Amino acid sequence: MSAKDFLQKLSEAHGVSGYEHAIREMVIAEFKPYADEITVTPMGSVIALKRGAGKGKVLIEGHMDEIGLMVTDIEKGFIRFTQVGGFDVRVLLSQEVIVHGKPEGPGGKELRGIIGARPPHVLTAEEREKVIPMSDLWIDVGLPEARVRELVQVGDLITYARQMVELKNNLVAGKAFDDRAAVVCVAEALKGLATMKHAWDVYAVANVQEEVGLKGALTSTFQINPDVAIAIDVSHADQPNTSEINTVPLGGGMGIAMGPNIHPMVHDKLVQVAKDNEISYKIIAESGATGTDAWAMQVVREGIPTGLIEIPLRYMHTSVETLSVTDLERIGRLLALFCASLDDKFLKQWRGEAVAEETTRKARKGTRKVAKRK
Amino acid sequence: MLLEKLSNARGVSGNEAEVREILIDAVKDHVDEYRVDTLGNLIARKKAKGARPERSRRTLRVMLAAHMDEIGLMIVHHDSNGYLRFEKVGGMDDRVLLSKTVLIGKDKIPGVIGVKPIHLLKQKEREQVMDADTMTIDIGAKTKEEAQGLVKIGDYATFATEFGAVGADCVKGKALDDRAGCAALVEILKHDYPFDVYGVFTAQEEVGSRGARVAAYAIEPTCAFGLEGTVCDDSPKKKDVSPVTRVGGGPAITFADNSLLSDRRLVNLLVETAKENKIPYQFKQAVAGGTDAGRIMLVKEGVPSVSVAVPTRYIHSPVGLLSTHDLDNLIALMTKALPKLAKGLPEV
Repeated sequence: MSAKDFLQKLSEAHGVSGYEHAIREMVIAEFKPYADEITVTPMGSVIALKRGAGKGKVLIEGHMDEIGLMVTDIEKGFIRFTQVGGFDVRVLLSQEVIVHGKPEGPGGKELRGIIGARPPHVLTAEEREKVIPMSDLWIDVGLPEARVRELVQVGDLITYARQMVELKNNLVAGKAFDDRAAVVCVAEALKGLATMKHAWDVYAVANVQEEVGLKGALTSTFQINPDVAIAIDVSHADQPNTSEINTVPLGGGMGIAMGPNIHPMVHDKLVQVAKDNEISYKIIAESGATGTDAWAMQVVREGIPTGLIEIPLRYMHTSVETLSVTDLERIGRLLALFCASLDDKFLKQWRGEAVAEETTRKARKGTRKVAKRK
Repeated sequence: MLLEKLSNARGVSGNEAEVREILIDAVKDHVDEYRVDTLGNLIARKKAKGARPERSRRTLRVMLAAHMDEIGLMIVHHDSNGYLRFEKVGGMDDRVLLSKTVLIGKDKIPGVIGVKPIHLLKQKEREQVMDADTMTIDIGAKTKEEAQGLVKIGDYATFATEFGAVGADCVKGKALDDRAGCAALVEILKHDYPFDVYGVFTAQEEVGSRGARVAAYAIEPTCAFGLEGTVCDDSPKKKDVSPVTRVGGGPAITFADNSLLSDRRLVNLLVETAKENKIPYQFKQAVAGGTDAGRIMLVKEGVPSVSVAVPTRYIHSPVGLLSTHDLDNLIALMTKALPKLAKGLPEV
């Protein structure tokens, strides 16, 4: 499937954190032809293994969950809700949504709904100047109260009903590009690796539960115990009313992150591969927590050398997240080339074996000196 | 379904051509003549059929009006980096605009109304309503020049909402105000009446009922009915305010809105007809909005007028909702009530 088609499929499907099953099936189907082995972790993350010719394990990942809403109450047939993940409440008014109600019964699945907006005719000027808190919003599913109570219960999940839109210059807009776009990059990397020789085992991973605390990445990375892990996640692109500082323009390739979350050698290697292959990128300074799976993966077990590639994205966490498909293809290519560039020599470097041998020699000398002095 | 076609069609005030074409197609086989006037109104005439009314009623002309136009946006500026600025056409709450998809101009260029991500907002910004004139439409253009080549100043934009079924017997879509009235009027024109009926699909209601005014001037109707998709505010609220109308409660008969004071004889005609035929009905319980009927009533020496409507939730936003039962009942009520006019207006 092309990057654009796969993105559309993933974007228009629904999977709030903890409920990624529909996405998981799509990811498995797409990864399968390129993988030697596919497993699902106890938490639900997908791990596709493509074996290399030598030693070493590299993990590339994106998360497949999305932010969403959750039913808190039914009032006169209208649905009250709260959020799973961070929403700007101002974007919710007049959105079309899907309420994922009880699956049994006709019309009992995926109820279409509208987050209602009172008409301006009945609003005072004062009311129109106020942001409506989430607790005062409601979802209308066009059913009488008794039927709503049959089909919907407190705790049911709600997602945006949004078809992907194609804009100019190979840009697209839609929901849940954060971070299904990264899953597309990982799929593109697997496709690329199918025509390349690579020494290291490549673990292509689609993680669950990122939006609620990086939970999928923490656990799947423990299971894989990679020598290097690369997270792919969205970051703010150039867009109206924001600063251009430290952002990648849409269509500008990608951000390669640097900072405490990133192993300098992984960073350097990513940059070098990008340069060697004339893939456009920009270095992004991340001065602390990146808020991505890279943050969790870095401290798994005894610590994992971690890199982060950032997909430029406008209007994050809205239903019109906008990105460049060309950027996704570029990232996929870079990931494939990066994985293929890893060899035994690097493995020793990553593992610090070369350094360790040196240190041991020095340490032995030191011991002898100390002994003499005694 | 005609309503689906009408709702998906694009016709912001002043640019009703696409809607008009659909309506010409829908009515041409059911009327004796039709024309399009200077403002873009589609005026369809059905001559009297069957038993002629009494001599004194021979000149009876009944005007039925439903407006074709919808609220929308108009492009006013190209930003230096390829984004578009817009103004609203018709009354709209700025708060419904963020994170919506639109289609711009004849070529239906897709665009999105973006917003600074929550991650970059200061708490103060999150608590502030964003004014429409600070918003931008993103069509993916890289430069001002590219945007200028794709979209012109003055191009209309509509919400890219698609019509569809919701719940058991409701539908959702854009522009249900007043494509619901248009769909009802088409059905009403399929019946014969013993007097001349003018079905007028009006232009520019949302910017001041300008089409209805000139159409009524030309027709000189004896009386007029405005068919609407009207305000419905029946969702739960903390404050105890009027729901205005209720979805599923039947067609809403208006006593008065901000422009109209309905003729009591016509109100009685509708109420009596509804009772006789056991058609559910309700009264619009608030003085809100202005309609074509309010303009028509003041044309020339005055025209007794009434407005009757399908209760429609979330009008003047990207997506509204109505019950198809209410729409069917509006059609039933009108087709039963109109023939009674042959005997003259009922007394108060």
